Amino acid sequence: MFENLQLLIDYPSLGVDLVANGLMIGAIFALAAFGMALVWGVLGIINIAQGEFVMLGGFVALTAAGLGVPPLLTIPLAAIALFILGWGLYRLVIFRVVDRDLFVSLLATFGLSIILQQLSNEIFGADVRTLETGLGTMVLFDGQIVLAEIKLVSFVTALTVGLALWAFLKRARLGQAIRATAQNARAARILGIDTDRVYAATYALNAALCGAAGSLVVMAWTIHPYIGLPYTVRSFLVVIVAGLGNIVAVITAGLGLGALENLAGFILGAEYQIAFVFVLMVILLVGRNFLLRRKREYLE
Amino acid sequence: MVLGNMLRKLGVVLMASAVTMVTTVGASAKVEGDTVYLGAAISLTGKYSTNGAHTRKGYDLAVDQINAAGGVTVDGMSYKLGIIYYDDESTPARGAQLAERLIQQDGVQFILGPYSSGLTRAMAPITEKYGIPMVEANGASISLFQEGYKYLFAVLSTTEQYLQGAVALAAETAGDDQTLRVGLAMENDPFSQDVRAGVIADAERLGMRIVIDDKLPPELNDMSATLAKVRALRPDLLVVSGHAKGAALAIRQIADSRIDIPMLALTHCDAAQVIEKFAEKAEFALCASQWAPGLSYSDDLFGSARDFADLFEATFDYAPPYQSAESAAAVMVFADAFERAGSFDPAVVRDALAETDMMTFYGGINFDDAGRNVAKPMVLFQIQDGEYRVVYPSNASEAELRHPTPRWSER
Repeated sequence: MFENLQLLIDYPSLGVDLVANGLMIGAIFALAAFGMALVWGVLGIINIAQGEFVMLGGFVALTAAGLGVPPLLTIPLAAIALFILGWGLYRLVIFRVVDRDLFVSLLATFGLSIILQQLSNEIFGADVRTLETGLGTMVLFDGQIVLAEIKLVSFVTALTVGLALWAFLKRARLGQAIRATAQNARAARILGIDTDRVYAATYALNAALCGAAGSLVVMAWTIHPYIGLPYTVRSFLVVIVAGLGNIVAVITAGLGLGALENLAGFILGAEYQIAFVFVLMVILLVGRNFLLRRKREYLE
Repeated sequence: MVLGNMLRKLGVVLMASAVTMVTTVGASAKVEGDTVYLGAAISLTGKYSTNGAHTRKGYDLAVDQINAAGGVTVDGMSYKLGIIYYDDESTPARGAQLAERLIQQDGVQFILGPYSSGLTRAMAPITEKYGIPMVEANGASISLFQEGYKYLFAVLSTTEQYLQGAVALAAETAGDDQTLRVGLAMENDPFSQDVRAGVIADAERLGMRIVIDDKLPPELNDMSATLAKVRALRPDLLVVSGHAKGAALAIRQIADSRIDIPMLALTHCDAAQVIEKFAEKAEFALCASQWAPGLSYSDDLFGSARDFADLFEATFDYAPPYQSAESAAAVMVFADAFERAGSFDPAVVRDALAETDMMTFYGGINFDDAGRNVAKPMVLFQIQDGEYRVVYPSNASEAELRHPTPRWSER
């Protein structure tokens, strides 16, 4: 551990390289986390199948590329395909658990995640897959920092989608309806908002966001049917840190998590990289609880 | 009426004979007519389904070939081979259940191994308990052979040998006046940690220095933290083991980050299809394999390794992965043991298996006391001009090692 720290001090550019690469993967966490925050905030459901949507997005991108679609165009395709799937899943399963106990929805989405895993294993096979984009690598500052262009593409895409989502929620009719439903579903219904449709749209939108993330994952990293869980866990972590209603906070938390995780992987060793994520989550939850308690005391 | 009576009588007779058949089957080996049955629980669904299918095709091809050549001759009688298959769904608990079922309900007395070390580990205690010989071709973990099992035999090389060839090759290229620096990036699972132990033992014996020793969590989908270390510390040899995912990630990210490594050695290149997916990015990488079609081994049943590859490709429309080759060899080992034992008594066959000393298209087969095949070395390929070429061991190599790997800026 100390020799790794020493290494970082001796070669400061290494730290920049690590942070830069971490930010790129962090952008993907943020994308999946947007969706989780939306569904959690509006439907009151913690969607355990989040990572499976990411994985499916990757497989849609692969399949489309196999049919001759240029790799970068598979990003919107994956989003559209997952939007339809998300809508269908809402009509089949999710609408039954919306107003129920949190446990019921956890169980339902957990079941969904298993079904989606096994189905993709059956349809696409268990192999590890990647999609080559043909994009090159950027070498900056005389080889001190090296970035794969596809990672940059995914970074920019994630930020753009985040901003578009923010604008959509602020300005569009449906976006306003989603926010209204999140604030008070009953009041929204009284005011004539078809909350059932809002729920369906929100869940489908979440799936679409994950689908886009998945298509980026398959182009920059790898996918296979069982890759979902880490993405679910990280979205969860990002949402805990950022809260439900704040898109800028989600982006910041996602990017921060990516960078921190990569640095931790370097300093502590790769074996502790994911352990670090969980320890961080516990620390944040405890810290948050502590702050909240002080606030509660003031209120009393 | 008369017809009804006759049918009823016939029914009774049939049932009685069925009962006797069941009892005889329970008592001795599963032999129906002139066919002796082997049992196999392999992963036809679940995460090992691809390799499970490779395994099954290897078994089937060997059984067909042996039967076409007249079957096995035991005690003057000629028998055909058959296999009863079950799907273990890639889960160890199911594998153990199915081993029990094959032995207890189906009366099978000879078991062919499942796919993966984990499933073999789940089934071995069962076959051991009933004294049923298991010849396996796809469980390489060294720990399987430290339990003192008497009925377990493996035709493949064990895990710790997977990448020892890379250490030997690196030492050959280095000359003697410098200390080589080795980097390890190994998945934190039993298989890769066995591989790691083998590499470290050999590297330290040869006076090399381990400068990176990262254990990648199985869930990890990004190696950039480890690769940053590689960029800073510049090891002469980087060894990566993490199943197909590790191979795909390493090849992709090393190329994307343009990290210069004089020698890169991996496991599971063929499973990850690195040549098909990454083309020139995979060039110069060394890949560990149990077997290769270019090897010079041969036998009377299949002919040479190349003949086996051609037959397999003609039958199944793709080139045989080594999982199929070693699975076929496992069936050949059973056939050979039956003939030498002259009996289908499991204990006698077990002793015959322990005495096995044969040459196959897959390599020599000769078990040590723990049941490991000690007659066949691991093979290392190098990816040269988009093809796998055997470069190690040197007595079986097809091509010269290309070393060192040129820098990315010069490619």
